[in-house]
Amino acid sequence: MSRERQAVDTARRAFLTGRSIPLEHRIHQLKSLQRFLVERQKDIALALKKDLHKSEHGTPLYETMGLEGEISLAVDRLAEWTAPQPVEKTLLTISDKVYIRPEPLGVVLIIGAWNYPWAVTIQPLIGAIAAGNAAVVKPSEVSAHTAKVMEELLPLYLDKELYPVVTGGVQETQELLKQRFDHIFYTGNSTVGKVVMEAASRHLTPVTLELGGKSPCYIDKCCDLAIACRRITWGKFTNCGQTCIAPDYILCNPSIQDRVIEEIRKAVKEFYTDDPKTCADYGRVINARHFKRVMAMMEDSKVALGGENEESQCYIAPTVLRDVKAEAKVMQEEIFGPLLPIVPVSGVDEAIHFIKEREKPLTLYVFSSDNKLIQRLIAETSSGGVLANDCLVQYSVSALPFGGVGNSGIGTYHGKHTFDRLSHLKSCLVKSLAMESLNKMRYPPHTAEKLGWARFFILKQVNVSHLGWLAKMALLAIIAAVVLQVSSYEVHYFLNPFSLGGQWGLQRFIA
Amino acid sequence: MDAQSEVVKRLRESFRSGVSLPENFRRTQLEAMVALLRENEQRVLDAMHQDLAKPKFEVVLSEIDIVMNELRFAISNLKTWMMPEYVGKNLATKMDDCFVRREPLGVVLIIGAWNYPLQLILLPLIGAISAGNCAVVKPSEVSPATEKLLAELIPKYLSPACYAVLCGGVEETKKLLEIKFDHIFFTGSQSVARKILQAAAVHLTPVTLELGGKCPCLIYGDLDVQAAAKRLAWAKFFNVGQSCVAPDYVLCSQKMREALVPALRKTLETFYSSCPQKSPDMARLISQRHWARLCDMLQRSKGTVVIGGETAEEEKYIAPTVVVDVKETDSLMVDEIFGPILPIITIETLGEAINFVNAREKPLALYIFSDDSEVVTAVLERTSSGGFCSNDGMVHMCLPGLPFGGMGASGMGNYHGRWGFETFSHRRGCMLRGWALERINVLRYPPYTESNLGWLRWATGTKKSWDSCSVL
Repeated sequence: MSRERQAVDTARRAFLTGRSIPLEHRIHQLKSLQRFLVERQKDIALALKKDLHKSEHGTPLYETMGLEGEISLAVDRLAEWTAPQPVEKTLLTISDKVYIRPEPLGVVLIIGAWNYPWAVTIQPLIGAIAAGNAAVVKPSEVSAHTAKVMEELLPLYLDKELYPVVTGGVQETQELLKQRFDHIFYTGNSTVGKVVMEAASRHLTPVTLELGGKSPCYIDKCCDLAIACRRITWGKFTNCGQTCIAPDYILCNPSIQDRVIEEIRKAVKEFYTDDPKTCADYGRVINARHFKRVMAMMEDSKVALGGENEESQCYIAPTVLRDVKAEAKVMQEEIFGPLLPIVPVSGVDEAIHFIKEREKPLTLYVFSSDNKLIQRLIAETSSGGVLANDCLVQYSVSALPFGGVGNSGIGTYHGKHTFDRLSHLKSCLVKSLAMESLNKMRYPPHTAEKLGWARFFILKQVNVSHLGWLAKMALLAIIAAVVLQVSSYEVHYFLNPFSLGGQWGLQRFIA
Repeated sequence: MDAQSEVVKRLRESFRSGVSLPENFRRTQLEAMVALLRENEQRVLDAMHQDLAKPKFEVVLSEIDIVMNELRFAISNLKTWMMPEYVGKNLATKMDDCFVRREPLGVVLIIGAWNYPLQLILLPLIGAISAGNCAVVKPSEVSPATEKLLAELIPKYLSPACYAVLCGGVEETKKLLEIKFDHIFFTGSQSVARKILQAAAVHLTPVTLELGGKCPCLIYGDLDVQAAAKRLAWAKFFNVGQSCVAPDYVLCSQKMREALVPALRKTLETFYSSCPQKSPDMARLISQRHWARLCDMLQRSKGTVVIGGETAEEEKYIAPTVVVDVKETDSLMVDEIFGPILPIITIETLGEAINFVNAREKPLALYIFSDDSEVVTAVLERTSSGGFCSNDGMVHMCLPGLPFGGMGASGMGNYHGRWGFETFSHRRGCMLRGWALERINVLRYPPYTESNLGWLRWATGTKKSWDSCSVL
């Protein structure tokens, strides 16, 4: 039996014992995970530095602080999230309990990515644990040092049967994908996303795919250009552009292009000094393959800023390309690197047209002081999410569902959304066997009269949640009376709380 | 370009033009569907009778009224559903607008099934229309009279620019699945569902699969057996057992079985008389092939038929049948029955029954009959299923507040009521910031310093009671 199969089987057996379900267990595991992030900060930071040249402060800022926040949120709210949610009833189910009960799915597979290896691998894990699942974690082999830290250290803090870490490359991932899971959560690119979905189809496994695409950034003439460019610079060149929600390319009127380049130049200098290569806060491209890929993209466009590079270090300077054409190499796929093309457009109409012609991106960025323009851009395009007048920060608002649409992905998460995504919402109708005579109208032999009553009662909606029990009782008594065709005396008997009939009703039907 | 692609292309152009988006448009389309049903009730009854010999009562409740109800619910709630949902913010984003927009996906494909041929097309279509999409509807060719009716009436009442009906069999459906859609909604069998998912993977199309499975019905503890028998029989033999949420088999103790069988016998006689074949309230099986499949299942069973068992080939008729002493390995316990045969498996204790159910695939629905609330709670908490109903069968799917769908082998995703709207929508997280407070942003920019990080950490630390976490 392969190592991968063994890990999945063990996780499933562990899940079937039921020990991942009690709230105490989930909270205990989450708090343990919290301790791990705090106690092992140095190990995490060191691995990230080796993998991506991330600075010591960059680690908590972009990787672990967010996770700590998500864990706090989950621990704080778990009782509320797992509580049954009552829903509207019909006339005939007034005395029944009708609610939605969130339940775990089972064994979840989480396939992480290399760009924010902690953030995108552990955040789904937090939701998986909170929802009561077991989870097999497969970190990206591309961020190899981080994968090693996860493999060695996570089992010291988490239940290693319920949440095993399985490392490996393409072959090991393929072996994992042959196994049966109850949900597969994948972060990465669309090509592999399709492979994951196809593998999932064999077992009818639902998936969440957090993919990417080219996130457009429209800069309106009417905006604070200095602030806009500062924020865009930060959004683009953090992690050397290797962020799924980095502004991929700029759309703006040619008349402001020079100013945009100038403001970006200023911001780059402010953030990364005159020589970003020597700056500890500027990252590196992950590996030689990606370095070559990104460098090739520059070939047919004009460099306005940056362009310096050094292959041995996988270093590419923060680079801006100007007057870029739609057919340019850099506009054919997601850049995922420190190149910022500027595509001139005449105005928002052309920008909207340009965006709509292409696959739906993960994020749409717009910089403008004109609220109407922003609303128009939102209304006439489609994207995973929208952020106006800044970059990246929408990621940190866990109340906002984070995910793509179309080519940029399937499903959303963050905060409670992860919990919901990795839960099954079970519909529950809890009835009693009493009041069986009310059901007469639905049984054969069918008559026109019965049909009339059935049409009235069985499907009619009524919102009774605001009614007190007395009013509910009254309503039920009236229904019973009408259907059972009892005399008015008996209706009165039923409604009288001091009579035996009333007390019987009280006992049975108080919700 | 073939005819199907032409149709989808036309729909895509309509969607791009924005015509299906305004609330007014969606509402008038839903109102047109109301008119479609109101003005064609007799024709629907006739088509159902032709396809499934469905009695009028069943058609009205399970095909017409359920859709009307859903339409009314959607029409009265549409405005609310379409409103942006403002969400909680954190300390750093208090000055910003954070909201979620529900947006249409584009052109969706709805593939129906034959057992409730109208409902299984129109209920998802209501969700698709409410959410602002355009839609291709592919009714089941196995219920041809209804298919024909839908192909005629939908273009007549609904906007042909936005909604199209495409008919055909397996080959046409295969070709249709090669085209890119923005969502595929499928009701049917697991084997076809796999092919749908594979086709969807090529375009990264999200799917909703409403499948089936064997819905177990447990009967344990104290209870009014006669009342239980009535509800069980109603749910099982409605539409001759051809319901995805029909109780497929019963688990109970020997003692319970001895009380249940006579109760069922009495109930069935009340419902359908002593000669169900002559009862106008007894529907028929959909096709010869389906009838033969069920007869074969019954013949190969090693259990004992205690009620019914009669069959008539030319009528595609099988009597309401109850089989006892059925073992786990019986022919009746392999696939979803989807017919009027009710196997009873004797399992003495509730604990064993729960283990039995948990060892099998997760069903679309799970039923427990018991007056003992502890029994009900035990089953509810220790089993997993799409939906759950105690002391009745099927009726949980009539409540639009409840999401209707499966899990595991019984499906993915859900619909009905607001859930249908959500299924066919994209929840787009939107955040609108201002230009102010750039000084606070300084904390996040390089050069990174310990002190800036400290401030940001503090900002995160005070957020324990806020709705969200923040990196910034």
